[in-house]
Formats: sequence, structure tokens, C-alpha cells
Amino acid sequence: MKARRSKESIAGVLFALPWLIGFTVFMLYPVCASIYYSFCEYSVLKPPIYVGFENYVDLFHDDIFRKSLWNTFFYVIISVPLSTIITIGLALLLNAKIRGQAFYRTFFYLPSLVPQTALACLWLWVFNSEHGLLNMGLEKLSGHFWIFHWHISGPPWLSDTTWSKPALIFMALWTGGNAMVIYLAGLQDVPVELLEASDLDGASPSAKLRHVTIPMISPVILFNVIMAMIGAFQIFAVPYIMFPNGQPAQSTYFYVMYLFDTAIVYHKMGYACAMGWIMFILIFVMTLLSLKVSEKRVYYSGG
Amino acid sequence: MFLIHLVLVVLSIIFLTPLVWMISTSLKEESIAAKTPPIWIPPHFEWHNYWDAFTYNSQKLGYIPFLVYGRNTILLCILVVAGTVISNSVVAYSFARLKWPGRDIAFAVTLATMMVPFPVVMVPLFGLFRDLGWVGTYRPLWVPAWFGAAFNIFLLRQFFRTIPSELSEAARIDGCSEWQIFKDVVLPLAKPALAVVALFSFLATWNDFIGPLLYLLNQQSFTLSQGLQFYQSQAGGTSWSLLMAASTIVIAPIIILFFFTQRLFIQGIALSGIKG
Repeated sequence: MKARRSKESIAGVLFALPWLIGFTVFMLYPVCASIYYSFCEYSVLKPPIYVGFENYVDLFHDDIFRKSLWNTFFYVIISVPLSTIITIGLALLLNAKIRGQAFYRTFFYLPSLVPQTALACLWLWVFNSEHGLLNMGLEKLSGHFWIFHWHISGPPWLSDTTWSKPALIFMALWTGGNAMVIYLAGLQDVPVELLEASDLDGASPSAKLRHVTIPMISPVILFNVIMAMIGAFQIFAVPYIMFPNGQPAQSTYFYVMYLFDTAIVYHKMGYACAMGWIMFILIFVMTLLSLKVSEKRVYYSGG
Repeated sequence: MFLIHLVLVVLSIIFLTPLVWMISTSLKEESIAAKTPPIWIPPHFEWHNYWDAFTYNSQKLGYIPFLVYGRNTILLCILVVAGTVISNSVVAYSFARLKWPGRDIAFAVTLATMMVPFPVVMVPLFGLFRDLGWVGTYRPLWVPAWFGAAFNIFLLRQFFRTIPSELSEAARIDGCSEWQIFKDVVLPLAKPALAVVALFSFLATWNDFIGPLLYLLNQQSFTLSQGLQFYQSQAGGTSWSLLMAASTIVIAPIIILFFFTQRLFIQGIALSGIKG
């Protein structure tokens, strides 16, 4: 018996070996090095020099850092709640016993399949201020509603500091399909007996939604909100392509864009690592806050 | 009921319009692409736009070899998917079915690594690959895939645990080695989970932008996703039809794959959501 156990131990470690190596080389080492570099001045060509908390102190006084942090918070705080409401709404509509559910689900999901680069190219074209579909549509609409005596002309979405972030938020709403599918799966797990029981008690549809459906899917909502926050905080590819250098006027210069430029363009590796760790702490705090705030509101049927 | 259908139809139109517009633009002659009011169905379908996008060649931009980008991307995807499926299933088997000292701690640490965002480790990883002389090659993009990743390990482990252990016990009594049990008993039963892992790692590789941006320097070695960005930065604003054709080329394989594997897709997403 003992021999078998030790044989199993050897097999276990051997099977886990790829990950034990991968974890050490591609995770443990970079994490430790990143902590160390964040306390160093390090510009690739010269070996890192320990400077204490200088990078972190400098970040506090860095206007571009503050700007990128503000842009990122703005994006997260607006896009996450909006897309949560919209994706839950879509999932609720799809969950109604209707014909063609699979078709509608596919239609709403398709945009989420579009790779980030293609997404950026596509919306550069749709948002184009003169020939873009969106502004042509707005113009046409204003022509039809002639009772309004003013003329709506679409804003220059991509070159106006007021509209550049909303444009990105709009795109985020268009690509919420993953969350929608997860909500739909959650809705299909809501016990039918509960809904029937509340029907018998004469509950209105809105009361059913508020007191039965939403509480039952609350763990799924919490999960999706946390994942969406983490994802939105790291927005990179789409603004990188659509708004080179965060134009106009750095209104779309986001956290990871600045971090990327700091490392790859300016070669300030230590500074970039410090930014990475501040980001880690911010994400960690956001996650803890959502768990804390939701503590009393999330219902786990498992107990 | 009718109202719900009406809302769903209107929403479907809103969701699909940009994609339809992309395809419509990609089939237009340049001169009518920017016409007001918009022309939805071009008078002539300019299919050659696709060929032009593939072999874009102008004096201003030089040659943008989209076919080469396509080949690069497919090769990279094959290497990553193979590595992901093989390494993660082996490791997940160890965590799910074998007992070894330190296993549970190792698993907890594995889960914790999911909390680390990529930008935190970006600089040291880049340094590591530079010291290895791998920058400018595909290696930084596919070698790590052969050493497991926390999320996939977790997903497969959960799945392996649902396979009755009596099956492997019986095989063990028959004198099978642990490797044989893994390969002949457990793996065949885990096909759906393996397919989900393969599908999502394929998508992630196809869509990856920051990875190639960091490591691929030579224009000939770009991936499609990166090539499209390059294309856009060169041709953006000058030829919308060609840019939309190029975008369609990048999107189409994913959409086709989706239609063939729809059930798997939906299950996979739901599965990844349930872990919360």
C-alpha cells in the first residue's frame, strides 16, 4: 500500500511538472522580479539601481498618470453598470419562452466574436464624422422628425474630447454577448416552482423580477460585474488602434496604454512595474469592495 | 408576446447593422463607399476588393502580405492550441486524480495566479524573452502555452473530478500505468471539456494583439490581428472598402467557427461563468 502511495506521488508530481516549471518561470519569477524592479530605476541598457519608493512617489505627481487613471475610472464606472443592465435585459428578453430564441441569441452574441483589431477598424468607419453610418443615420432621423425645428448633426465622435470616451463605451455595450450568455444560463437555473408559487400569490411581473429572479441570479451578477471591471480596467487594444497616443488631447489615454508606452517606448521599466502593482492593488480593492457591498444582497442557494 | 418579438427584432437590427455595413462597404467601389445617403446594396459587387486586400500593394504603403499573415496566424494557433490542450490536461489530471504531498497548496497557489493581471508581469517576461534571444520570434507567443495556465487547469480539473473514480480503479487493478489510465480512460471521457479549452485558446490566439505587438518585429512575421492594425495605420481613411474587406477577412473564420460549434461555445461560456 505504501509503495503504491509513493508511486502515485511520483506520478502526481511528474504529471504536474509542466505547470510547476511554467508557474516558476512564467509567473513566480516575473512577479518577484516585477516587485523588485518597481523599486528600481531600470532602463534595459543599464542594470537596475535600487531607488526605494521613488517610482511610486513620482507616480503621485505624474500628470499623465493621473489623466490615464481618471480616463480608466471614467470608462469602468460608466461602461460596467450600463452593460450589466443591458446584458441582463437582453437575457431576460431571451429567457421569455419565445420562438426563434436561438436566432436572437446568435444575433446579440455575434458582435462579441469580433476580434479587437477588427472591432476598432469597423467602428472607426461607423463613427467617421462625415461619412460614418452613425452620423448619417442621425441626420436622417432629424430629417424625419421635422416637428423638432433644430437639426441634429452627429458629433465628431473620434476627434472631440467629450465624445471619444462615450464612443468606446458604446462599443463596449455592443460586445456584451459573453455576459449575456452567462446571465441566460443563470436565468435558466431559476427554479420554476418559485416563479409559479409567486404567480399563485398574484405577484406582478416586476415584483417577480425584483423579489425572485434577480435575487436568484445575484451570484452570477456579482461574478459578471467583477469580471467586467477587471476587463474594462485593462482596456488597451481598441483605443490603442482607434486613438493613437490617446488623441484627442489624451482623452482616451488609458492606464495600460500608458504602462505599455512607459515600458516599450520610454524604456522606464521600473516605473512601468510600479504602475503594474498599483493597478493590481486597485483591481484587488475594487473586487473586495464589490464583494463587501454585495455581501448582504447576494443570495447563495447552496447555503 | 408580440411586443417582446418587436423589441427583439429592433434590437437584432441594431446589433447586426454595423456588421452588415462592414460587409456592404467591403463590396463597394471606393467612390460610392462614402456616399450620403448610404447605399446598402452596392450596384456591383466588387469581389476583387477581397483579393486586393489580400495582396495590397501600393507605392505609398508597399506590399502588405495578408496571405502571409494568415499563414503565420494559423501556424501560431496550431502550436498554441496543441500545447494548451496537452499540457493543461496532463496537469489537471494530476490535480484532480492523483495524491501527492503539497498538491492542495499548489492548487490554491495556481488559483491565486489568476488574480495577477498581465501588465504586472509584462516587463520581466519581456526581459526574460529578450535574454533568451526570443524577441522577434514566435516563441514567446507559443512556448508558455505548453506549460499550463491556471484557468484551463481549473476548468479541466473540475471536469475530471466528475468522471467516476471506479473506472480508473478498475484499470489500475488490471495493471494499467497511470499514463495509460490518463490517456485511455479519462481523456476520451473528457472530450467536451477539452474541446472547450481548445476552442477558447484558439480564439484568444487569433484575437491576441498585445502579444504580437510586443514580440514580433519583422513585418513579414505579423499575425492577422496585428497586420490589420498595421494596415489600418497605413491605409486608414484612404480606402475604407479595402479596410472593411480586410476586417471581414479577419472576422469571417471566427464567425464560421462559431456556427459550427455553437453548442460548445455556449456551454463553454456558461461553464466559465459558473465557476464564480
